[in-house]
Amino acid sequence: MSGAFLPNGGALPLASIPRLPFPAFQEAIVQACSDGAKLLCLAAGRDMAGYALLAPPGSAALQALRTTFPGREFPSITPQVPEAHLFEREICEQRGLRANAHPWFRPVRHHHPWAPAPDPWSRPDPIEPAVVDFHRVEGRQVHEVGVGPVHAGVIEPGHFRFQCHGETVFSLDISLGYQHRGIERALTGNPHPLTFKRMETAAGDSTIAHAWAHCLVLEGLGGVQVPVRANLVRGIALELERLANHTGDLGAIAGDVGFLPTMSFCGRLRGDWLNMTAVLCGSRLGRDLLKPGGVRFDVEPARARDLRKRLQETEAGTRDAVELLFADASVLARLEGTGRVHRAHAANLGLVGPAARACGLPGDVRRDHPYGPYRDAEMRPALDELGDVAARARVRWQEIQASCAFLHWALDALEGLPAGPVEAPTPKALPPEYLAVGLTEGWRGAVAHLAATDWSGKLGFYKLVDPSFRNWPGLSLALRGEGISDFPLCNKSFNLSYCGFDL
Amino acid sequence: MLKILASRLRQGHRTNRFPGEVPPLPDRFRGRPVLRPEECPTGCDACEKACPTGAITVGEGLRVDLGRCLFCTECTDACPRDRALVFGPEFRMAARSVEDLAVVPGESYRLAEALEARALALFGRSLKLRVVSAGGCNGCEVDVNVLGTVGWDLGRFGIQVVASPRHADAVLICGPVTRSMELGLRKTLEATPDPKLVIAVGACAISGGPFSGLDEQLGGAPGAGIPVDLVIPGCPPHPLTILDGLLRLLDQVPR
Repeated sequence: MSGAFLPNGGALPLASIPRLPFPAFQEAIVQACSDGAKLLCLAAGRDMAGYALLAPPGSAALQALRTTFPGREFPSITPQVPEAHLFEREICEQRGLRANAHPWFRPVRHHHPWAPAPDPWSRPDPIEPAVVDFHRVEGRQVHEVGVGPVHAGVIEPGHFRFQCHGETVFSLDISLGYQHRGIERALTGNPHPLTFKRMETAAGDSTIAHAWAHCLVLEGLGGVQVPVRANLVRGIALELERLANHTGDLGAIAGDVGFLPTMSFCGRLRGDWLNMTAVLCGSRLGRDLLKPGGVRFDVEPARARDLRKRLQETEAGTRDAVELLFADASVLARLEGTGRVHRAHAANLGLVGPAARACGLPGDVRRDHPYGPYRDAEMRPALDELGDVAARARVRWQEIQASCAFLHWALDALEGLPAGPVEAPTPKALPPEYLAVGLTEGWRGAVAHLAATDWSGKLGFYKLVDPSFRNWPGLSLALRGEGISDFPLCNKSFNLSYCGFDL
Repeated sequence: MLKILASRLRQGHRTNRFPGEVPPLPDRFRGRPVLRPEECPTGCDACEKACPTGAITVGEGLRVDLGRCLFCTECTDACPRDRALVFGPEFRMAARSVEDLAVVPGESYRLAEALEARALALFGRSLKLRVVSAGGCNGCEVDVNVLGTVGWDLGRFGIQVVASPRHADAVLICGPVTRSMELGLRKTLEATPDPKLVIAVGACAISGGPFSGLDEQLGGAPGAGIPVDLVIPGCPPHPLTILDGLLRLLDQVPR
């Protein structure tokens, strides 16, 4: 196999990663993916540099490849590697390139190329989102339904275009970009004082997952050993983030099928999980808990006792609320068989997280590429088969239970440790021309950060991949052949991030 | 059915009693900053230098602009004295204008006043909100959403989130107002019948927050030239801060 290998949270001199000729770079990706590897990242940096990050099956080590793009055009590998489809479109939109023979060559976020370069779609200025050739079904009895960008509740904006025959959805085309804040563009070059805050708010409901991935990158580059205590606190925070969101979403799923008891209970319980994160650091979303080198706040014995008491109460309450949901035949009748994604489609598109695990694809960064406390903790992999709303709900319930078990383990482990520092010193400067990778398992799935420093030790290349970037096409597939009135239910079972996609 | 009723009994009545009683906040909660400039070493500007959003100025006396403040710990970490600048437990921070969001030592903080008599007659007992996320990270959205759960029960104050701007009395904005959402936001404002209120929730909607300075956004509602009637600072604001602001506006806070 070509390229170079590094562990999650590791770093390598760029010189040790051979710069492959572009055809060999593409061939290596196609070969690895046909051997069962997952394409975690495919991106372009300055000066036409190209990077790929792959997770070969059965290996904790990650494969890094690099190349130089040959010119303004390159042949698309999406026909052979479908999970490359959004990555290639993103590269073209950011760098002003063209992916020839891409089967669905469309803008991703609706912005101008970053550097002076011709717009590959020759769009008029200003570029407006959702001004694209939507996938369209022709026919006298076919009608089109457009929804958004502004939605009915307290939800982020995005545009959905349904092709329907009566109530049945033939296809759903999703056009995002409304939340584009320019996070990635601002990441390259000088480290900015707001960089860490922008990582925490890349997808604000996944503050810990993104902040931790960013820390892994900086700590890998700086050769920093994070204290065990700090890693345990980070793990507690990440699992609380998962618990709050899974509990909230199971409540929302219950609400969408009109089962109000679980909806009401979970609405309150979600707040209780968030309040536990606030016990850790003062912020319900875990803002400012992490910092490169460790965490800002320790969990002293009294705080650990408080958390344990809250854990027991909230765990019991959540069990009560969720078991009610799965014991109700009329609820199951609405969840089972609804919004099904087939395993082969999920694998081809590279779905991640609970959406993939619900289809029988067991990937989980905590187990496959362990980092921090997950090197010591045993994480039971959640898994289901059918890929419907019921499977996604069951996977989330399994994960709630696994996260609770982790919290008990981590609080025990913390109490068994002597008091000590929760942060390690970090170097002032980063080594020049190094590549580093940070992967975490957020509640929606794998969060991947890939970065490279330039000759001066500044971040010359930084790419973040939110799990929603992988999973939005999964929602489109889930809607095929479904009643349009089940869209909210299917949507809730994924609950993807708009800003995490738009960055 | 019996199992559901048994669960209902176990789960109990969980709506908090705010504003009559304030639910407990965690000890590490970072609320309105407390400033003690007399503690500052002469000529020290460590907090101003450390603040990533430029919310702190020391030149003409220590001052914090809550519209820019992310309530992060950069300033308190940088401060060479323990007491000169600390985040206090005070969650009440909503104001009627961006100018009122300044924390200045020796001056009392100008909390949001109730609406004028005519507006209060219209909205005081029934306020329908249309929420627009314009580049929000789903942080402020989460903490607005939570007010609708049984823990907070926003409906008991006559406040409700509605699904159409035509039904709304107020537009609640989260996010720094991305260029891509500017049109959607303006159309929502146009579609909301007059008289209407505009509420900006979170540092992004007030000043651009962590995204201030980026070309892809406009610096929140004020940056987009949208007049605001209520501003609620935080990143994100605690649900208590949001609810307190809404109730102050509607004159529903016990005096």
